[in-house]
Amino acid sequence: MNKYQAVIGIEMHCELKSNSKVFSASQNEFSEIPNSHINPLDMAFPGTLPVLNKKSYEDALKMALVLNCEIPKYMCFDRKNYYYPDLPKGYQITQNTSPVGTNGYIMVPYLDKEIKVLIHDIHLEEDSASLEHFFDATLIDYNRAGVPLLELVTEPCFHSADEVLAFLEYIRTVYQYCEISDADLKKGQVRCDVNVSICDYDSKILGTKVEVKNINGFANIVEAINYEINRQSELKDLGRYEEVEQETRRFSEETGMTYRMRSKVDAIDYKYFIEPNIPKFIISESLKEKLKKEIPILPLEKKKLYINTYNLNKNEANIIIKDRFLAQYFEESVNLGVNPKTTANWLITMILGYLNKYDKSIKEINFTPQELKKLTIYLENGTISSKQAKEIFFKVLEENRGVDSFIDKENTQNSNKEELEKIIDDILSRNEAQIKDYHNGKTNLFDFFVGQVMKETKGKANPILTKEILKNKLN
Amino acid sequence: MNYMSKTLEEIHKSLINKEVTSAELIQESLQKSHEIAEKCNAFVTILDDAKAQEVTDNVLSGIPYGVKDNYSTKGILTTGSSNTLKDYVPFFDATAIANLKKAGAVMVNKTALDEFGMGGTGTNAHTGIITNPWDKTRMCAGSSAGSAAAVASGVYPYALGSDTGDSIRKPAAFCGIVGYKPTYGMISRYGLFPYASSMDHCGVLTRCVKDAALVVDAMKGIDEKDMTSWDSQNIHLAQSLNGNVANKKLCYIKEICDIDNYPNATEELKKHLENFQKTLQICEKLGIKVDKVSIDKTLLKAEPAVYVVLSYAEATSNLSNLTGIIFGPRGSGKNVEEMIKDHRTKGFSPLIKRRFVIGSYVLQKENQEKYFKNAQRVRRLLVDAWKKLFLEYDGVILPVSTGGAKHLDINLDILSKDTEILEEHLQIANFGGFPSITIPNGFIDNLPVGVNITGNCYDDENILNIAYALESKMNYKNMIAGEKHE
Repeated sequence: MNKYQAVIGIEMHCELKSNSKVFSASQNEFSEIPNSHINPLDMAFPGTLPVLNKKSYEDALKMALVLNCEIPKYMCFDRKNYYYPDLPKGYQITQNTSPVGTNGYIMVPYLDKEIKVLIHDIHLEEDSASLEHFFDATLIDYNRAGVPLLELVTEPCFHSADEVLAFLEYIRTVYQYCEISDADLKKGQVRCDVNVSICDYDSKILGTKVEVKNINGFANIVEAINYEINRQSELKDLGRYEEVEQETRRFSEETGMTYRMRSKVDAIDYKYFIEPNIPKFIISESLKEKLKKEIPILPLEKKKLYINTYNLNKNEANIIIKDRFLAQYFEESVNLGVNPKTTANWLITMILGYLNKYDKSIKEINFTPQELKKLTIYLENGTISSKQAKEIFFKVLEENRGVDSFIDKENTQNSNKEELEKIIDDILSRNEAQIKDYHNGKTNLFDFFVGQVMKETKGKANPILTKEILKNKLN
Repeated sequence: MNYMSKTLEEIHKSLINKEVTSAELIQESLQKSHEIAEKCNAFVTILDDAKAQEVTDNVLSGIPYGVKDNYSTKGILTTGSSNTLKDYVPFFDATAIANLKKAGAVMVNKTALDEFGMGGTGTNAHTGIITNPWDKTRMCAGSSAGSAAAVASGVYPYALGSDTGDSIRKPAAFCGIVGYKPTYGMISRYGLFPYASSMDHCGVLTRCVKDAALVVDAMKGIDEKDMTSWDSQNIHLAQSLNGNVANKKLCYIKEICDIDNYPNATEELKKHLENFQKTLQICEKLGIKVDKVSIDKTLLKAEPAVYVVLSYAEATSNLSNLTGIIFGPRGSGKNVEEMIKDHRTKGFSPLIKRRFVIGSYVLQKENQEKYFKNAQRVRRLLVDAWKKLFLEYDGVILPVSTGGAKHLDINLDILSKDTEILEEHLQIANFGGFPSITIPNGFIDNLPVGVNITGNCYDDENILNIAYALESKMNYKNMIAGEKHE
C-alpha cells in the first residue's frame, strides 16, 4: 500500500462507429491511405458548413443514458477555438455549455466487488487530423479529422491505476455491447488524459493536480499513473512537494516517464461560444425512450445472469462477458440446448485458446454454436471420443468444413453393441488360456482383452462400451 | 442594344421572341463590365469566356448576372476580396450558385467587396476602392459594393450580395437600387464565405422589387448542406406580388425618425427625414396604416455595440481556417506558428485585424460574460422588441442612413454618435433573421436615398408586396446611375 492516497480522474476519448463523419459526409473508416476519406469540410474550405450526424448524436445520448446521466433539454454544440496544424477550421466543434450527459455514474466490476464511478460529463465532439513528423517536415492526414469522438470525463474518484484499468476495460466492453464503438485499441480508437494528485490519507484537502495528456493504450495509462504517483510521492517524501506543479505533462512510451508540456498558468483560453451553424434542438422524451429500449443487457448484468442462472463460476463469467461476441456465442449455444457448463468449457479452453493463438475474432471462425452443438451431441452419445472431438474441432477450423463431414465409419468410434459383442466373442474364443488365468486372479489381464479389442477395431471401439461388455462376458 | 438596363421579365420576353440571344446579352454585359471596371473598380474577375445558355421557361435563363466574390464558384477564382485567398479557386459551387445554374442564369463577373464582407464602405477590397457610379468621389457603402455599383450601372439586371449587418441594403440605398435579404435560412449559406454565421444572409441587388423576388425564388430552398436552411417551397415571392396593400400596417420608430433626436442635424439629414415622411404619406395613400411607435432609447443606443461584439467575435473564429496551410499563399517562417502568423499578417487588411483583436478580446474567459454574453442578451431584447411590433404591424419602415452616399474621404470613426442608430439600425434584421428590403425613395443633392421595410421571419411575401406597391407609386424604379431622374 502506498504511503499517500492517490486521487485520479480520467478523460476517455473514444471514436464512434458511423457511416459518415460527425459533421461531414465523408466516410468514417480507418484507412492506411492518407487523405482518402475527406471532403471540403474536413479541410475547412471556406463556406463549408457542419451537418450533424444523427447516428452519432443518438449514440452519444445512448451512452449518456447508460451512464445514468442527467440529459439536457436541448442538444447544442460549442466552438473550442485554438490554432494547431491538426485542426483545419481553427476550432473544434464540441459540447461545453451543455454536454449530452452530466452527473452520472456507473457500477464497474473490480476484483471481487463493484465500484461506483462518478461521471462528471460525457460530450460529443470531432477528432482532429493526424500529424506525422519527420526530420524536416510534418505531413497532415485529414482522414481522422471529423471522426465522431465521445469524451467521457469522470470525477476524481479513483485511487489506483488498477481501478482505472478496471474502469477503462469495462467501459470499453460497454461501448462494444452498445455497438457505439469498436473501441479498438490497436487502431488508436481510445485515448485518455489522466489527472493525478496525491494527499495524506486523513487529509480533506486534495493535492496538486497534474494532467498527463493523450495516452494511447491501457498499459501505458497504468504506467503513466503509477509513474506520476511515485514521482509526486518521492517529492513529498523529500519535503519538496511544492515542486509538484499544476501542469500538463506528456507520457513517453520509450522511457515510461512523464515530461512537462506546459504550466496551467499558460493554459490556453479556448474562447468557447455556441456553434451558430448547428441550430439547437429539443431532445425529446420519445427519442430518449427509443434509445433506452435499444440499450442491450450490459456486461455486469450478464455476469450475474451467467453465475446465477447458468451456474458458471466467476472466473468463467468474467472471461465470457469481456467480449460481447463471446457472450453472444455462449448464449446462442445455450439456446440451442448445449449444456452451459459444457459451452463455457469449450469456449474458454478450446475456442479462446485457438483465437488467442491465431489472433482471431470469434466472428471470423466457422466453428459456430451449431457446430458446437453437433460436436457435443456426438460426444455425449458416444459416436466420438473426447480425443476425437478435439481433433475434429481443429479439423473443422483448419479445413473449413462442418463437424458432420468428419463423422464416418473410418474415423468414428464404434459404439454398436452387437458388433462389439461379436468382435469380443471372437477374441474371447481365441484366448481361452488367458480367460482361465484371469478367473484365477490375474485381473490385470482385463486390459489385455481391451487391448485386443482396440487392435481388432483399430482403436475405434468405444472404450466404455467395450469395458462394459467385457466385464459382463468375463464375469 | 441596351437590354441590360431592362427588367428580367422584359429581357426574358425579348429572348423568347428571339429579338436577342443569350450570347448577345452576354456580350453587352461583358462590354459594360469592362466600362464599369474602369469607372468604379467594381470587379475582381470578369468572365470573358461566359457561355450562352439555352433559353427556357425560366425567367432567368440565358440572362447575365454578377456574383459577389464571397460566393464559392467552381473553377472560378473566389477571393473574398482578400489577399489571404487571392489565388483561391474553389472546387465546388455555393448552393445558391448551383441553383441559379440550374435556372440557366449566366454568371459574367465576380464583384469586389469589403474584405470578407467586413467594412461598410466598399473601400476595403484587396483590388482597391470601389466608387459610386452616381458620383465617383463617393462610396457605394458595403460590403456588397461591386454588386451595387454594377447593378446601378446597368451591367446586368441583378447581382448577388451577402448581408451580415446591412451589406446588401445600405449599398442598395447609396446606389439607388433595390436590396433584399430574405429570412435567415431561406437561401442556403453553403459555399458563402462566412463573416458572422448567426447573422450572415445571402440575398440580391436589383433595380426593382419584382426582379428581387424572381431571383430569390430561384436561389432559395432547403439544403442538406446547411442545417439552418428551411423548406420554403410554399413561398412564391414573385407570384405573390399583387400590389394590394390596403389595410396593411406599418410602423416607424420615433427615436430614429424624428428630427429632434438630432440636435446637430445637417441639412442633408433634415431633407432625408422629410423625404422619409413623404414616403410615409405615399404609403397612406396606398391604404397602408402608418403608426409612429416608441422604443426605449437606451436599448436602441446599445445596438451598434451589440453588432460589433457579436459579429467580430464570430468573425475571429470563422476566419481561423485561413492559415495558408491548406489553401492561400503559404507563409514563411521557421515553424508552423510563424508560417501562420506570416500568412495572416500579410494577408489581412488592418481593418480586419482590428476586428479580430476586438472579437478575440470579447471572447476571452475574463471578458466573455461582460461583453459577449451581455451582447447576446441585448440582441435578444432587440429582437423581442421588433417581434412585439410584428404582432401588430406587418413591418417596420425606416430611412436608410443619414442621406445619400458619403464622400470617400470621410472618416467613419468620427461619425456623430447622435446618428449612430440611424446608420446602423438595419443590423437588427440580422439579429432576428428578419426579411428586409431597401428600395430607393428619392434624391437628395442629386444622390439617391433609400427606405427600408423589415418584417417578421417567414413573412417575406408580405414585405415584398408592400415594397412592390410602394415602388409603383414612386418614380425610382429601374434607375440607371447617371441617367436623368428628377
